[in-house]
Amino acid sequence: MSVLAAPATSIRTKSVSRGRATRDRLASAWMIGSVFVALVPLGFVVVHVVGKGWHTAMAGFPDFFTKPIPIITTLPGPGMAPAIIGTLLITGFAALLAVPLGVMGAVYLHEYGSGSKFAAVLRFFADVMSGVPSIVMGLFIFTIFTLREGLLGVGGSLALACLMLPIVIRSTEEMLKLVAPELRHASLALGCRQWRTIVSVVLPAAAPGIISGAMLAIARAAGETAPLLFAIGLTSTTNTNLFHGTNTALSYQIYANASSPFAASQDRAWASALTLIAIVLLFTILARVVASRFSKLAAT
Amino acid sequence: MTALPVSLTGTGTGRRGDRAFRAVALASGLLVLVILALIAWTTTQKASSAFSFEGLGFVTHNDWSPSTTPPHFGALALVFGTVITSAIALVFAVPVSFGIALFITELAPDRVGRAVTYVVDLLASIPSVVYGLWAAYTLAPNAQHFYERIGTATASVPVLNALFGGHAEGRSIMTAGLILAVMATPIITALTRESLTTVPASDRAGALALGATRWESLRVAVFPRVRSGMVAAVMLGLGRAMGETIAVALVMGGSPQITSHLFNSGSTLAGIIALNFGEATGNHRAALIGCGVLLFALTIAVNASARAIVRRSDRRLTA
Repeated sequence: MSVLAAPATSIRTKSVSRGRATRDRLASAWMIGSVFVALVPLGFVVVHVVGKGWHTAMAGFPDFFTKPIPIITTLPGPGMAPAIIGTLLITGFAALLAVPLGVMGAVYLHEYGSGSKFAAVLRFFADVMSGVPSIVMGLFIFTIFTLREGLLGVGGSLALACLMLPIVIRSTEEMLKLVAPELRHASLALGCRQWRTIVSVVLPAAAPGIISGAMLAIARAAGETAPLLFAIGLTSTTNTNLFHGTNTALSYQIYANASSPFAASQDRAWASALTLIAIVLLFTILARVVASRFSKLAAT
Repeated sequence: MTALPVSLTGTGTGRRGDRAFRAVALASGLLVLVILALIAWTTTQKASSAFSFEGLGFVTHNDWSPSTTPPHFGALALVFGTVITSAIALVFAVPVSFGIALFITELAPDRVGRAVTYVVDLLASIPSVVYGLWAAYTLAPNAQHFYERIGTATASVPVLNALFGGHAEGRSIMTAGLILAVMATPIITALTRESLTTVPASDRAGALALGATRWESLRVAVFPRVRSGMVAAVMLGLGRAMGETIAVALVMGGSPQITSHLFNSGSTLAGIIALNFGEATGNHRAALIGCGVLLFALTIAVNASARAIVRRSDRRLTA
């Protein structure tokens, strides 16, 4: 693109009327300005979250990450460990459900149904499903699961899995498209059944891309609050059993503490926000690293 | 990918494996349809008592008072809140997103473009509850003075005083709209960028060769091709803004009202569910689930039409 743009700029300076040149410059200024406008909220959020959360998170390190949540929420003091563990467990179990199902769904869309009407319909609804608001997913799990089984960590996992499923399906399908057809043909020519070809040739070839897509979905899910509101309940001690008793998560704790009028709770909300951003960022960066290795592999 | 111990003269177990594998894959794909159908069915059923209690008034009455006797569940003000905050979000997010997408594809050198893409992705990866926390405690208090100044400056201007007049609150419809704009921007940018990259370079080159400036080449050769893609991008951004819950719940309280004053408070369908569902029982709970059904229907309609537009333009481009 830059090669094409280069002659245009030299033409403009010589022979373009003032009005046209001004309009062109205004358009460029708009584009560049937009980038800076988008940087403003990002910068402010990061600076404020680090500025307000760092002190509480680091006071008496590593207390904030290892101590239970104080029962008397008005008192200052550390403790968010149950929420950190809850977030990791709930999101982890959601990934355990959504990733295999999503990958298999994508296998159907691309390896079996490719080109068929039915697959197109499924693809369309996977796209539509990825637009379902997370609060609706929360209500859905409440009506179908929580009303019967009660407040459990696994309810949160189910809600998050529903949110992740369409994202995993679509990102995996994009990765399957990148696998060279010759690999499939070679495997089939060797006499492999299609399922063997998929399991031992296609999926391994696409694995880094699939993993990176899955990790982005996990990062999104880890930050979700709305689906957990009516599913997991609230607790101030660590509960490692998703199938028994109420649980808690960082996002939920941020919401609950932010709604509180007490300074100590709000401090904990900021520190939890810092922790959550760090976790989400870690997954996002890991996904990037995996993805960049994949593009190198694909290029060779 | 090492040895593949499959003989061509298989005993038939392989074929069974093939069928089983295909069935599992199909079932996983069908899960999407099953879940969507279940969402529609179960939530509508749980909300039915509120729907039959209020009838059509559920969407046409502007009276949401769950604690009076008898209670009223007219969700019109909530629908209004959802629409107005999303509209504000689009007003701010669309020009910025289009600008960024054009910057990445048309203006920036490859490396800068990639960096900007990365930054916009970061914007998307910040959890909405963190945006809500920030908007409620940092943006809103600072914005209040600013809102008051705009209010006094426009007090005698006919249309603007209806929009910006009244009591200015930091935690207002406007603040909620602004934070939704931040959250919708990455989506609109990403989809616009995607559709811009489908325009072949030769189209731009042709316009430039005819003496067009860069802006003119965009208007003549690029925009006509990506119009539907941009419309779809905006609609998907709208869908995101309408369904956003936690940030709105943290910024605005649960006080639904229909007002032209953008610096007043309000509430949205998603926000009211998050705020009140925990304490709600009986018909109140059913009514809140009903709000979820409304929201589901609205977002499905917006998303489905956006995706349909994308599909159609994709087909036209490949044809």
